[in-house]
Amino acid sequence: MPNLSVNGIMIDDTFAEAFGMRATAIIITAPNRKWARQAAITMTGFATSVIGCGCEAAIDVELPPSATPDGRPGCRVMIFAMGTDELQKQLLNRVGQCVLTSPGSACFAGLEGSAALKLGSALRYFGDGWQISKKIGGRHFWRVPVMDGEFLCEATTGLTKEAVGGGNFFVMAESSAKALAAAEAAVAAIGQVPGAIVPFPGGIARSGSKIGGKYKGMIASANEAYAPTLRGVVKSALGPDINAVLEIVIDGETNDAVAAAMKAGIKAVIELGPQKGAVRISAGNYGGKLGKFIYSLKDMLP
Amino acid sequence: MKALTFTLVAEPPERLDLSPLTAERLAGIERHDIEKIRIGMSKHGSKVGDIFRVAGNDPLNIVFEGGSARLDRVAEGMRGGSVRLVGDAGAQAGRAMRGGKLTIEGDAGPHAGSGMRGGRLEITGNAGDHLGAPLTGELAGMNGGVLIIRGKAGAFAADRMRRGLIAVLKGSGDHAGSRMIAGTLVVAGGTGEMPGYLMRRGSILLDRAPRSLSPSFVECGAPESVFAAIIDRYLITEGILKRPLLGNAPHRYGGDNAVLGLGEVLFPH
Repeated sequence: MPNLSVNGIMIDDTFAEAFGMRATAIIITAPNRKWARQAAITMTGFATSVIGCGCEAAIDVELPPSATPDGRPGCRVMIFAMGTDELQKQLLNRVGQCVLTSPGSACFAGLEGSAALKLGSALRYFGDGWQISKKIGGRHFWRVPVMDGEFLCEATTGLTKEAVGGGNFFVMAESSAKALAAAEAAVAAIGQVPGAIVPFPGGIARSGSKIGGKYKGMIASANEAYAPTLRGVVKSALGPDINAVLEIVIDGETNDAVAAAMKAGIKAVIELGPQKGAVRISAGNYGGKLGKFIYSLKDMLP
Repeated sequence: MKALTFTLVAEPPERLDLSPLTAERLAGIERHDIEKIRIGMSKHGSKVGDIFRVAGNDPLNIVFEGGSARLDRVAEGMRGGSVRLVGDAGAQAGRAMRGGKLTIEGDAGPHAGSGMRGGRLEITGNAGDHLGAPLTGELAGMNGGVLIIRGKAGAFAADRMRRGLIAVLKGSGDHAGSRMIAGTLVVAGGTGEMPGYLMRRGSILLDRAPRSLSPSFVECGAPESVFAAIIDRYLITEGILKRPLLGNAPHRYGGDNAVLGLGEVLFPH
C-alpha cells in the first residue's frame, strides 16, 4: 500500500467510515460559566457511545453571554442517537435529571431542525400544576418552580436527520505519552469546530473496537490488530515502532462538520510532529460497505 | 404598485365603519368600486368616495391620511399586509386582527385591539378604555399578537386577556389586567387602582411598585428570574422599550387568590 508522509508522519491510504444519525442540540445557561459547564458536563456524562449509553453527547461550544437567549454564560450541547425515539428519551432523561437539577440553570433550543423534540413541554409536569407557559416572540417557554426560583425551559428543540456519527482517525505513536499529546492536540483543535463533538472521555478513545466478538452477545470487542501487546501474536496493523494507539471519534451535525473536524484534528497532529506526538495516522472502517459516509484520509490533510 | 391611500377630505358627518377597508376585503376590487362602499353608520350612509380621496392600488399597503375619533373599526379582522393611519382612530381599531401590521399615528378610542389573535398593532398616542378587551358577551379578550401603546391606556386594559403581549408605555388607568386568563401585560409609567384584579393566570410586568393591589394578592419575594431576562431582552430587541424593565430578580406578587391565583405581578426590586 503506497503511503503518504506529511511532516514526517505517515498517513495511511485508508478512510474513516461513518453513519447517518439523529441529532439535537440545546443551549444550557447558568449564572456563571462554571455552573453552565457543570450542568452540561453532568448531562453529557456516560454518553460516549450508542453501544452502551443510548446516545453520544458532549459540549459543542461554550457561548459567551452575548450569544445566549438570556444573556448569561452558556454551553451548546449536542446529543446523537440512532433513532428519534431513543434520542427523545435520552434528551428528556438527561435534561430532567442533570439540567433541571443544576443550580440556576435554564435550557433553550440549540438547533432548528426538520422536526421538533419535546423539551420543556414534557419537563413542565415537574411543576405539578404551578408551571407557567409563556410565548415570547414566537418562542414557547415553560417556567417551572424550583427551590432557587424558576427553571426556564424552551418547549421544544429541533431534530436533524442529517447528522453523521463515527467519523474517526487513529493517532499512533512510539509511547503512550506521545500518543496522548497528539490526541489532546487534535481534541483541542476539534473543539473550535462548530457542530462537531468528540464524545469519548476528554474526546479520546483508547479501546477502539471491532464489530462482534467470539463471545455471544458482544456487540463490540477488542480491535486486536491495533493492540500493541498482541503485535506478532495476531495479524497486526502495527509496525515495530508503534507502542500506543488512540482514536478520536467525531459526531457532527452534518457531513461537512465531521469533515471539518477531521481536518482540524489531523492538522493539529501533523503540526505537533513525530518527535512530540504521532508517527502515523490511520482511520477505522468496515470495508466501506456499511457506512453511508466515507472520509478518505488523503482528502483530510491540511 | 403604490400604497392604497385614503385621504380624509373633511371631518366625517357621522361615525364610520372602516372594517371593509382591509387587504382581504379589497382584494380584486377596482378603485371606482371601492369608492362606492358604504361606511357611514347613520342615515347619511356615507360612501368611501364621500369621505376620502382614494389613490394608489396596493391593498397590502393601505394608508389613511388624516384621522378622526369617528373612524371606527380600522383594519378590523386584518390578516396580512400593513395598514397605517396618520391621525386618530375611533373605537375598536384593529379589533380581531390576525396578522399583519397596523400602525396608528395618533390616539385610539375604546376597545383598540379587542380580541386580537395575531399581528402587531402599534398606537403612538393614547388608547381608550378596554384595550384589547372583549366586547359584551365575549368570553376572552386578546388572544395573540403584540399590541403596543406608546402613550397612556384607559381603564381595564388587557381585560380577560388570554394570550399575546400588550405593552403600555406611559401608564394605564384602573384595573389593568383585570380578569386576565393568561398572556403578558407590560405597563411602564404607573398603573391606576388594583392592577390584576381577579386575574386567573398571566403576567403583569410593571416598571414600579403598583399603587394599590387587591388584598387577595400575596407577596412572593424576589427570586432570580430568567423569564425577566428573556422578556427584558425581547422588549428591547423589538424596539418596545429602550431599557430593561424588570432586572434579574424582580419583586413578585402572586394572585389574584380571590380566583385561581396563578397570575403574577412583577416589578423591579
